[in-house]
Amino acid sequence: MTTSRQSAYRLAQTPAGTASAVPAAGRDRSRDKTAAARRRRTGPRGTQWAAWGFLAPLTIYLLTFYAYPLYRNLDLSLRNYTVYSFVHGGAPFTGFANYTAVIHDPTFVPALEHTLVFTLVSLAFQFAIGLALAVFFTQHFPLSPILRALFLVPWLLPLIVSASTWAWMLDSGSGVVNYGLHFIGIGPVDWLTSPSWALPSVVIANIWIGVPFNLVLLYSGLQAIPKDLYEAAALDGATAWQRFRRVTWPLLRPVSAITLLLGLVYTLKVFDIIWIMTKGGPVDSSTTFATWSYRLGFGNLLPAFGPGAAVGNLLVIMALIAGFIYIRVQRRQSA
Amino acid sequence: MSKTMKKRTKTVIGVILTAIMLFPVYWMINVSFTTDANLRKTPPNLIPVDGTLDGYRAVLSQQLPYLGNSLMIGLLTVALTLLIAAPAGYALAKLRPRGGGVLSFALLIAQMIPGIIMAMGFYAILLSTRYINTIPGLVVADSTIAVPFAVLIFTAFMSGIPEEMLQAALTDGAGRLRTFWSIVLPVSRNAVVTVSLFTFLWSWSDFVFASTLDSGGGRQPITLGIYHYIGNNNQQWNAIMATAVVASIPATILLVIAQKYVAAGVTAGAVKD
Repeated sequence: MTTSRQSAYRLAQTPAGTASAVPAAGRDRSRDKTAAARRRRTGPRGTQWAAWGFLAPLTIYLLTFYAYPLYRNLDLSLRNYTVYSFVHGGAPFTGFANYTAVIHDPTFVPALEHTLVFTLVSLAFQFAIGLALAVFFTQHFPLSPILRALFLVPWLLPLIVSASTWAWMLDSGSGVVNYGLHFIGIGPVDWLTSPSWALPSVVIANIWIGVPFNLVLLYSGLQAIPKDLYEAAALDGATAWQRFRRVTWPLLRPVSAITLLLGLVYTLKVFDIIWIMTKGGPVDSSTTFATWSYRLGFGNLLPAFGPGAAVGNLLVIMALIAGFIYIRVQRRQSA
Repeated sequence: MSKTMKKRTKTVIGVILTAIMLFPVYWMINVSFTTDANLRKTPPNLIPVDGTLDGYRAVLSQQLPYLGNSLMIGLLTVALTLLIAAPAGYALAKLRPRGGGVLSFALLIAQMIPGIIMAMGFYAILLSTRYINTIPGLVVADSTIAVPFAVLIFTAFMSGIPEEMLQAALTDGAGRLRTFWSIVLPVSRNAVVTVSLFTFLWSWSDFVFASTLDSGGGRQPITLGIYHYIGNNNQQWNAIMATAVVASIPATILLVIAQKYVAAGVTAGAVKD
């Protein structure tokens, strides 16, 4: 069972010859184990110097352009910054005052709810649609490679392009969506301007953008399931649904878990789509942590950097929790 | 039902599904050709009958500088990303550095940090170093989207280079640098292409960093061009959509000429925001 799981997890080698990085990391680790028995894990001293010579640019880069901005962000959230002290320094240290203020802000609870709803609903639909399409595309039929490639388009378009296109399609007066609904007898919906429909609108657009990512990952996972398992199941008289339920679903579970967790990490931080379509409004009805943080820091004439950074750091914590689960799942599967 | 009939039915279903999925893209193109007068007409024109090129004329007269800036920012971001990621990938894949695991872990974590958080930190830094609203500042910020992904791709790809090949070079008296430059890099051409394509696309599409770090600059990218357009004249959707169509050209080229690299990149744990 373990071996078949691993082979299902090992995503198909891509045509470019680039082994996909996620499973490759797993493969490396298992090779390391056998290699460790034969030779030392690290190279001789001369090689060490060379290795760190090659890694120096990356290390400096990570410290300067990741660690330092993150440190500045943390510093912002722990001090009481004004525009003046932002430029000239000398903001007083206030501890967790910004965090307390943010948590007691009337926007906090709605923003938390919207972040969770946006993320979970988007994920559920992206995954379900992606999986259905992936299963559909594994049945080779004429044109299937081209159609599968075309499905990537929404994922490749700049988000501002997708978001503004959806904004115009969902326009209450002249949008094509309301025209289509009118056609089947449903009255016009104020998609982006009514508080009850703003969040569903951005969720719909985000699902559309996320389906290709799920499709590609799940498709390559399906490719790795041995064909003879299906043949054996068919010989035993299993129906299509039973084959999916008993063969595809259990063997695809590792890839599904990775896809969902990556999706979770990336959906939590979605900002562009919501900001461009609704700016988080009307009256906070589609505000998430990401858009709230942006609005606090950059959306007003008088920026509130401290609270903005505090909201952002709460978002980082949520992303990191999801991230650590991801790493653990990945480790366990490749072990 | 015969087997070919079944296959044909599936193709038809596949075409219909693709058409539904791509409808928004079609609609963007359709609206970009629609005249002002027809924009708010009910029912809307489903195909651009008596279409206009006004939208595209507006792009040519107003958006060209933005497109040029985006091109330049994209190319510089690609250069910076390759410069940092390719040597690192070689070291992690082939030289077994002590502490390499920690670095790989840091890269994994780095991918999970939301862009908006990085933006706020960068804003503070660029403001005090006076690089705010400049192209170099934006290029550095944009490269943070791509570097972790690029190192992952390079490491994965370069682990596949046969050890004998590198040993042979060392035996012939080539140093590590020489080996990297004349053997590892040329052999890793596919990885270089994949990384360059994605880095360019992400930097071209970036909105978070552009709107926070370059919104007051004299040289703004196309994403801000579109954003200002939506804000300023939200009646002229044909011009907005025409700009959107033009801004989608790099993605389209990517899909047509480099589809295999795209699939490789997505599978590699796509790190798009």
